[in-house]
Amino acid sequence: MIALLRRDLAIAVRAGGGFGLGLAFFLVVVVLVPFGVGPDTATLTRIAPGILWIGALLACLLSLDRLFALDFEDGSLDLLATAPIPLEAVVGVKAVAHWLTTGLPLTLMAPVLGVMLNLPGQGFVWLVISLALGTPALSVIGAFGAALTVGLRRGGLLLSLLVLPLYVPTLIFGAEAARRGAEGMAVNTPLALMAGISFACCALMPFAAAAALRVNLR
Amino acid sequence: MQDDPAALKYSRMKSLWEYANPKKFMQVSGAMLPWAAGLSALCLVVGLIWGFFFTPDDYRQGSTVKIIYLHVPAALMAINAWLMMLVTSLIWLVRRHHVSALAARAAAPVGLVMTVIALVTGAIWGQPMWGTWWAWDPRLTSFLILALFYLGYMALWEAVENADTAADLTSVLCLVGSVFALLSRYAVLFWNQGLHQGASLSLDKEENVADVFYHPLLVSIAGFVLLFFALVLLRTRTEIRKRRLQALMNRERMG
Amino acid sequence: MLSVSNLAIARGGVPVLEGLSFALNAGEALVLRGPNGIGKTTLLRTLAGLQPPLAGEVHVGEDVLAYAGHADGVKPTLSVTENLDFWARIFGRSEIAPAIAAFDLEGLTSRAAQNLSAGQKRRLGLARMMVTGRPVWMFDEPTVSLDAASVALFASAVRTHLAGGGAAVMATHIDLGLTEARVLDLGPYRAAAGVGAAEFDSDEAFL
Repeated sequence: MIALLRRDLAIAVRAGGGFGLGLAFFLVVVVLVPFGVGPDTATLTRIAPGILWIGALLACLLSLDRLFALDFEDGSLDLLATAPIPLEAVVGVKAVAHWLTTGLPLTLMAPVLGVMLNLPGQGFVWLVISLALGTPALSVIGAFGAALTVGLRRGGLLLSLLVLPLYVPTLIFGAEAARRGAEGMAVNTPLALMAGISFACCALMPFAAAAALRVNLR
Repeated sequence: MQDDPAALKYSRMKSLWEYANPKKFMQVSGAMLPWAAGLSALCLVVGLIWGFFFTPDDYRQGSTVKIIYLHVPAALMAINAWLMMLVTSLIWLVRRHHVSALAARAAAPVGLVMTVIALVTGAIWGQPMWGTWWAWDPRLTSFLILALFYLGYMALWEAVENADTAADLTSVLCLVGSVFALLSRYAVLFWNQGLHQGASLSLDKEENVADVFYHPLLVSIAGFVLLFFALVLLRTRTEIRKRRLQALMNRERMG
Repeated sequence: MLSVSNLAIARGGVPVLEGLSFALNAGEALVLRGPNGIGKTTLLRTLAGLQPPLAGEVHVGEDVLAYAGHADGVKPTLSVTENLDFWARIFGRSEIAPAIAAFDLEGLTSRAAQNLSAGQKRRLGLARMMVTGRPVWMFDEPTVSLDAASVALFASAVRTHLAGGGAAVMATHIDLGLTEARVLDLGPYRAAAGVGAAEFDSDEAFL
């Protein structure tokens, strides 16, 4: 399993792996927001946590369709399914690799973009904590969506349609925690609820995703 | 052996599953469809006319309250359609009866239309009451999310070519989607407390609507349930015919 | 090591083969023959456990089979060594030198797989089977894009594997010179339309 993680990370960071694309997309989305809503700093301060969360979520979505599709096309997925590792673990490891190459860098980059959106000083730590706890759920829910659409020709668009509604609870609690943090309110409740969702997703979604993959490999 | 209750129960169960045979289902559903459609039309006509013309105006809401006879039944069926899809999806995953999967497929567009009716009538009702067509109220938002789930479910059915693969994938999606729809419901409640009144039909008598409005509402709900049943039967029959056609074409190709 | 009894399989909901029974012992090779579309790939995928049979049973132990399909499962941005090393680790092994030697990949070890020719990539895909350590190898058209010398390399690798107590099942149209291999013609097992099909979990249920 370590070997699979190392391979996926190596492929992601080498040429053509698309490692920086998600980060660049995040940057562009956040830069475009002030053009849309105006440069008024009070407005930007108010919407900064939500914008950063939505930007991170969309950037996360961007790389999902490659999660299993590449392995499906070159036959690796067939071989992994007949390997001694259970398919659930394969899904889990690939979701971890996705988080390490997408969710984690996004979390680290969010405070930098927070400065551009005039996020209040007390909000930074809660923004990072909420993203760090929430992005694993985004990766593993995304892995389920990717597993459902792996064999399809126009899978990318469908993947967004399937995955975005599933992101609603995570987004609500995550953005709420970041917003309350920025306004100096208590963040415990939304943060605890989101962490609960995140852990439950990490524990259960690999099974659903592996079931979908098995169906698609038939 | 006949007196053994377990054995008796088993034989009853077996007879229930017989209807999962496509041929048997076609016979039975063909006989039931005109009755379901006729009863549904009767209930809808009685319920809606009674509701619209023979109930008093509400002392606060005036005559706008009468949209309740479309809004509440549609909202009820929007949720129940998804529950029915959940049950039939589970039956497909466990027992692999084709009719079950096709019934889930057939119910999805009907459920989506019910959701849209609930949202649109809600907006029309909300405009004079709340002064706005749309508010990000928890109930409204939950229904909007439900509509997205219906869309995703139907899109997945359309996208997958192999019918059995599609049935498996959509069933898994329906299961996972149910959990997330429920989660979203509570997340949305946490996010905004909302304008929407309490449930129109709750077991708590205090909160319930008055009897003059209640009785025609029950008839109207019965009409919507029967309408849903008739539409799902009709659409399931169409899906079964499509699959039969496909099977015939496959056999021809095999020569 | 592998036995199949009264197997029926379907592709896309249509039964293609039925009534298939055979057994494979250590040191034996089985070559599947039959025209395109008869279901060789479907049969191999069923044996590998990637899809369920319509009827009948496949008896095979845990962790016995290794499967090589049409695609090689080679990652273009990884080098030859990295590709093989990855698969060896997935199967809990570490020795890749014999596989590199057997398929004449020594001069290419550090080259990225995207810079290999089609035949070289195929050799890498076949070399993967040696690092799995599994006793029963299954190949789907292994000789596609291989030249005569490479086919000979492949045949000798299979022969060595058989001599070491392994077994192999392959779908191929080319004579590999494996004289000891048994040939199984799938023609007689072609599924007849509509016969006994109603009990199957397939489209036939609708007829």
